[in-house]
Amino acid sequence: MAELEKIEASDRVYSLNLGPQHPSTHGVLRIVLDLDGEYIIKADPVIGYGHRGHEKMGENRPYKQFLPNTSRMDYLSGMLFNHGFVLAVEKLVGIKVPERAKYIRVIASELNRISSHLLWFGTYLMDLGGFTPFLYAFDDREQILDILDSITGSRLTYSYCRFGGVSRDVDLKFIEMTRAFLKRMEKRWADYDSLVTKNVIFIHRTRDVGVIDRELARQYGVTGPNLRACGVAFDVRRSEPYEVYDRLDFEIPTGTKGDALDRYDVRFKEMQQSCRIIDQALDQLPEGEFLTPKVPQKLGPPKGEVYTAFESARGLTAYYMVSDGSPGPYRCHIRVPSFGNLNALNDVLPGTLVADAISILGSIDVVIPEIDR
Amino acid sequence: MGYFKDIIDGGLSLIEGMGVTARRLFQPLITVQYPRKKIPLSSAYRGHIELKIFEETGTHKCIVCLNCEKTCPSGVIRVQGEKQKEKGPKTLTGYVIDFSKCSLCGLCVEICPTSTLEYSREYELVGDTGADCVFDLMLRLAKQVEQREEKKKTQGIAA
Amino acid sequence: MSEGLLGSEWFRLILGLLIVLAFSQLNALFLVWLERKVAGHLQLRPGPMEVGPHGLLQTIADGVKLVGKELILPFKADRKLFFLAPVMVFMPVLVGFLVLPFSRGLIIRDMNVGVLLVFAFSTITVLAILTGGWASNNKYALLGAVRSVAQNVAYEIPLLLAVLSVVLVVHSLSFAKIVEYQKTVWFIFLQPLAGLIYLIAATAETNRAPFDIPEAESELVAGFHTEYSGMGFGLFFLAEYTNMFIVCAVATSLFFGGWNGLFGISLGIPGVFWFLLKTYFLIFVIMWVRWTFPRVRFDQLMNFSWKVMIPLSLANIVITAIVVKII
Repeated sequence: MAELEKIEASDRVYSLNLGPQHPSTHGVLRIVLDLDGEYIIKADPVIGYGHRGHEKMGENRPYKQFLPNTSRMDYLSGMLFNHGFVLAVEKLVGIKVPERAKYIRVIASELNRISSHLLWFGTYLMDLGGFTPFLYAFDDREQILDILDSITGSRLTYSYCRFGGVSRDVDLKFIEMTRAFLKRMEKRWADYDSLVTKNVIFIHRTRDVGVIDRELARQYGVTGPNLRACGVAFDVRRSEPYEVYDRLDFEIPTGTKGDALDRYDVRFKEMQQSCRIIDQALDQLPEGEFLTPKVPQKLGPPKGEVYTAFESARGLTAYYMVSDGSPGPYRCHIRVPSFGNLNALNDVLPGTLVADAISILGSIDVVIPEIDR
Repeated sequence: MGYFKDIIDGGLSLIEGMGVTARRLFQPLITVQYPRKKIPLSSAYRGHIELKIFEETGTHKCIVCLNCEKTCPSGVIRVQGEKQKEKGPKTLTGYVIDFSKCSLCGLCVEICPTSTLEYSREYELVGDTGADCVFDLMLRLAKQVEQREEKKKTQGIAA
Repeated sequence: MSEGLLGSEWFRLILGLLIVLAFSQLNALFLVWLERKVAGHLQLRPGPMEVGPHGLLQTIADGVKLVGKELILPFKADRKLFFLAPVMVFMPVLVGFLVLPFSRGLIIRDMNVGVLLVFAFSTITVLAILTGGWASNNKYALLGAVRSVAQNVAYEIPLLLAVLSVVLVVHSLSFAKIVEYQKTVWFIFLQPLAGLIYLIAATAETNRAPFDIPEAESELVAGFHTEYSGMGFGLFFLAEYTNMFIVCAVATSLFFGGWNGLFGISLGIPGVFWFLLKTYFLIFVIMWVRWTFPRVRFDQLMNFSWKVMIPLSLANIVITAIVVKII
């Protein structure tokens, strides 16, 4: 460390703006890198380029009108954010959700999780310079979008969940399409294994790169696959099961070292576990209502506050809302996982190469508009 | 000997990867050449909203309750109504949406008490200015009614 | 008089130059199209389809666009060097065509140092990339340029060592003699290791993925040609593809028997077709590799070069020398 500081003082150090316009910053992120040659001495992520004031918007409109905003914060897992918001409001107001709707939400959310991870898989490989896996992943993702399109009518920002259920029932065609997708993916995993996971270049690019250990993860509040990659089996779906996750049998994949390869492995296995969850949920899907009819048009929740955590594709996400009895929240705050995950870069990047910085940034899978909100 | 084993294993893994891509050379393409070929829209597709034509009346059922205007999170909808009689229901005179602001949440469609709003199935809506995204749904409705009548006429002649 | 004109050195040179210029341009345009087609089909999409039959004229349209674009000079850039670099990258590539043996007798000049000439001139490309990157006054470009130099220094050595093992067997640096030697058995069967090392090093030499670290799109935006627009970029682009052709053509003549058919069976097909067939196949392989693998990191690239390729090629050369001496 003393050696690093000595270099810092010298005039060999120059700074490089990585972003806000850069091919692999996943949104509008800017990282100011202090470099010595290609070695990073200091990294400083600058956020806020995509700020749209979603939390403030939530505070000056009824709960219902905030629904479409939720899927625009993390647009890659819009269904999950939508789902989480609906959970929070249901808890606040005390709305009962029909069983069928719970299952539908879980299926849709897990499909969305797979699609988010597939996109991460593709873009990560693109960050590493492999273009083809990106398009293969998009091919698969397109199948998910088709499935979700058939029930929600939208391909990215779904606005599918409603207080007390979902906006549209699923039909046999949806179940068929989902089953076909699960079957298709079984073969695809092997392809991805041969193309990427076993690839010697890929392994060398990721092994021991960007290690986030338990202690660092704890300090920065790193959650989600990044936390599980360092061996902590923490998943909100398991620790505080919401909806019907306690009735479904799934594993929580964990890594050991917490390097980029572990993060890759964890996400890759998570996709397979999501497939398992969907498969079981489809088997258990009960008949019944998909939307409880008793929800009033104007919600008048009691005074109080609510905190609901759920597992988005990137980690622990939570809605915190304070109600003063009016139709909209008095205070609305969203805890997003990417913020903690991104800030760990401050400690992880120094000492690595520019090429590694891209690999690390890709491997922690941040969605910047989620941080900026 | 670990040195040579690493090289050989690495090389084999690369060849395996090349096999995956080579297989794709002989698989059918998945691209749909869009303007020439189109894929069917999903039944749930959400385009911009439009006024539904009911068979029994041959027109919409809007009662100018303004629920859609109030529920819209982005202020997309502008509804105008007039009272034709001193005492009586309002009738719709203007229904304009600014589609450039719309987030397609569908709250207006769900809240409509007479279910006279529905999603259109149009998606080729490119325009040069913001004004091109402003749709007058009354005009649209009038056109659709006209088309329907013409269709009926031609069918009548054919019959 | 006319006989004198046809036979004169000057006439041959000018004719050769014209043919080379025309061929290299057309070839580069074709290769860009081929690259996009290969990439497309490997990725289950058709590639360019709109301009001309199966998009054949797409690259011409792109070229016209590039020519029509403004050449932007970055702020505080070194004006002379900035515009010199694209020219410098393209000229040495053309020189390579002088000695390529397309067929028996179809060589512009069969020099007795042909092999040496090709590699000597191809090294100038590095200088051009360094110049371009440095003159751009852009940190990304500079990083790309520096990477390029480090990479090429490391890869010239195994490349030349691999070539040397062929030269040791033939006792000549002339392309024609090397190809004649392979009449029955190609060198790839006699020297498989050297052939493989040559192909890997050649991929690195031409800055192609997975060794495209000087460009490294996802890391350095566009590496050394970040600041180039219009035909400045176009020349770098054309040079890359022409360079690829030369490298593969050299591989064909050194390891894959040049204009000779397999095991001396030529099936009555003219030598030039054999030559081009093999060259384009190698180019296809290089494209195939590019569209399959992620990029290596530059220190790993160095490691691979210094720890694997150079020792192996040295061992190969020693064994070759011993075997040649015994026989």
